[in-house]
Amino acid sequence: MIYRMGAALMSLVGLFVSAYLYLYKIGRIGSLACGSGSCETVQASPWSRIAGVEVALVGVIGYAGLLLVAMMAVQPALAARRWPPTLLLTLAAIGLLFTIYLTSLELFVIHAICRWCMGSAAIITSIFVLALLDFRRGAPGGAAIPVGPEPHSAR
Amino acid sequence: MASASVGMKQFYAVLGAVVFIGIGALGYLLAKPATVSIPANVTVQPSDTAGFKGYLKGSPNAPVEITEFADYQCPFCQTFATLQMPTIEQRLIDTGRLRWRYMDFPLQQHPFSRLAAHSAACADEQGKFWPQHQRIYEGQAEWTAARSAVNIFHEYAKANGLDLARYDSCMQAGKYAGRIQASYEQGIRLGVSSTPTLLIGNRLYQGRFDSDAITRLVDSLAPRPTS
Repeated sequence: MIYRMGAALMSLVGLFVSAYLYLYKIGRIGSLACGSGSCETVQASPWSRIAGVEVALVGVIGYAGLLLVAMMAVQPALAARRWPPTLLLTLAAIGLLFTIYLTSLELFVIHAICRWCMGSAAIITSIFVLALLDFRRGAPGGAAIPVGPEPHSAR
Repeated sequence: MASASVGMKQFYAVLGAVVFIGIGALGYLLAKPATVSIPANVTVQPSDTAGFKGYLKGSPNAPVEITEFADYQCPFCQTFATLQMPTIEQRLIDTGRLRWRYMDFPLQQHPFSRLAAHSAACADEQGKFWPQHQRIYEGQAEWTAARSAVNIFHEYAKANGLDLARYDSCMQAGKYAGRIQASYEQGIRLGVSSTPTLLIGNRLYQGRFDSDAITRLVDSLAPRPTS
C-alpha cells in the first residue's frame, strides 16, 4: 500500500508542476522560477505543443489520471485487486516514455534543458518505479502480502 | 485494521498538506505581478549609450531628419505607428527624403512600456528592431490587457525569427534598461512631456500627426526637385 500512497503523492506534486508550466505557457505567470532562460526556450519551441495541445496541459491531464488511479488503488476495498496496480503501471510507463521523448528533444533538438521539465521527469520516473514495485509485489510468485479476502471469495 | 486506518489518516493528512501548499503557491504566483520588469531608477552609465543615437530608418543622406519620442503603451503612438508610419515610410523614407530616428520615452503610468522598449532593444541586438517594434505596436491591445506582457513579447520575438535563448538572456538581464532611461532623460532635457513628440530641427511638435501633415512638413523643409 505504501507504494501506491507514494505514487499518489508524487502524482499530486507532478500535477502542480505541470499546472505551473501550463499557467506560464498561457501567460498567467510572468516568468518561470528557473534562472537560466532555458525553460522559456523550451516552452517557446514548436515542440511545446503536440497536435495543437500544450505539452504542459498533457502533463496536467496525465498526472491527474495517475492521481485518480493511485487514489483508487489505495482504497482498502481495491487493495487485493490486480487491475489498479496494472493500470497504474501502464499509465506510468506511458508517461515515462513520453518524458524520455521530450527530454531527448530538449537535449538533441532544442538544445536547452528546462529544470522544471527535469523535475517532472524525476517525478514520473519515481512514480514508475513505485508502480513497478507495487505491481511486482502483487504478481504471482511475488512478495505479496494478503490484505484481505477477495470480495467474491466469501461466496 | 486500526493501524491501517491510522496509516490512511496519515496519508490523507500528507496529501492535504501538499494540496494546501500547491494551491497556495500557484495562487500566490497568479496574484503577483510579472516578475520580469525593466527598472526605471537606473543610473545611466556612459557605456549604456556608447555609439547609440536612437533607432534609425532611412538614408543617412536624407535632407530631413525627424526624431520621434514615443511610448509603446501610448494609444496615439500605436495609431501613428500602425496607420501613419507605413505611408510615411513609403512616401518619404523609402524615397530618400526623410530619415526617421526613434527614441524611447516610456511614460510612468504605463506599466509595460519599458518592458516593450526593452524587448525591441533586445531584438535590435539581433538586427530585428523594426519588425519587433512594429509587432509590439500592432499587438498593443493584446499585451496591454494581459497580466504579463513578457510572454507575449517572447512570442513576437519567436515569430520574428530571433534567437530565443539570446533574447531571453537579454530580457532577463535587463541589459538595455540604462539605454532606455538615457533616451527618456534626453527627451526630458529637450522638453518632451507627452507622446508622441516629434523633434524636427530644433522644434518639438506634440500631439497627433498624420502622414499628410508630415509630408507637407518635409515638402516645406526640403522641396521636391522640379523636373
